[in-house]
Amino acid sequence: MRPSNEPFWWAMFGAGGMITALLLPVLIILTGFVVPAGGVDFNQLDTLFNNPLVRLIILGVAFLSFFHAAHRIRHTLKDLGLRSVATPLAVLCYAAALAGTIWAALVVL
Amino acid sequence: MTTETMTDQRTVTLEVFRYHPDTDSEPSFQSYEVPYREEWVVLDALNWLKDEVDGTLSYRWSCRMGVCGSCGTMVNGYPRLTCNAFLREFLPGPIRVEPLRGFPVERDMVTVLDDFMEKLTDVKPYIIREEEQSLDEGEYRQSPSQLADYKQFSMCINCTLCYAACPVYEHEDDFLGPAVLALAQRYNLDSRDQGNEQRQQLIWADEGIWDCTFVGECSEVCPKDVDPAAAIQQAKVDATNNFFISFLPFTPPGMGR
Ligand code: SF4
Ligand code: FES
Repeated sequence: MRPSNEPFWWAMFGAGGMITALLLPVLIILTGFVVPAGGVDFNQLDTLFNNPLVRLIILGVAFLSFFHAAHRIRHTLKDLGLRSVATPLAVLCYAAALAGTIWAALVVL
Repeated sequence: MTTETMTDQRTVTLEVFRYHPDTDSEPSFQSYEVPYREEWVVLDALNWLKDEVDGTLSYRWSCRMGVCGSCGTMVNGYPRLTCNAFLREFLPGPIRVEPLRGFPVERDMVTVLDDFMEKLTDVKPYIIREEEQSLDEGEYRQSPSQLADYKQFSMCINCTLCYAACPVYEHEDDFLGPAVLALAQRYNLDSRDQGNEQRQQLIWADEGIWDCTFVGECSEVCPKDVDPAAAIQQAKVDATNNFFISFLPFTPPGMGR
């Protein structure tokens, strides 16, 4: 029996689950609703987001959220019957997450 | 218990899965009217049928009190012990009785358990010692908190309801499944046991804990509150810690196994 590499993906999934549950709603509400509604001054937020450390954190949130989603989608599709293509499916999901992370890096850095 | 459902119902319909491989080309359902009694469980109705109507009806049972684990059956599509599934829960009926899902059928409600038994044996569900301590050293002592670590997982009665509830077991032939993994964890967590490494290779493989996608139905249906899903999650955390630690050039104190 081969040792599994699943712990790696599962750790990302777990960390991503934590991050998405805690930070993502806050970010969405803040940038999607509070700022457009004028609750927070845009310039104030702009200064915050110009801080390199904050940008790095946002990239981290995007990275873990993407890999969390990729893992969940991969296993859900497998459960729904895509067992025969499990390996290409895994490659596709994580490649998409990687692409998303690179895209996020290009945007925020 | 006896006051809840007052009913005038005299009989209830049982739709029973019938399959005798020697004579039947395929399974079918047969309907029977059985007497309704408030204190009867599905097993009582099956026993009545076997005694009074059709002696060829086959199903497993023994203790009639949720201890032996042999009477697992699908009752209205849900994995149950027939000895603690009251007829009154399913009024007005009909009540559909089928063999546990995910297992080959031997005859009527009797399933073939070979796959489960082999997997159970594979994880060595017993205390393994590198060296037995000599008799004059006395018993292996265990504190209440050491006992509490694994006690819940030791309550399993091998009824296989969790296997019938698990969508992964149904599709992945090699998956060890909930109860086997919970029992492996039960011995891994026992302070007297030293067999962790012997079980690891099997339970940390894809076919072990990693095939589990945390559907969680196993813990829902377990009549003994074993919570196999929790056992699997615990084992995933152990496996993951170990995975990352294995890349370190040294073993952090307290982390070695
Ligand atoms: S874990 Fe629960 S449901 Fe599964 S075999 Fe053991 S007692 Fe039955
Ligand atoms: S007959 Fe023993 S558990 Fe039901």
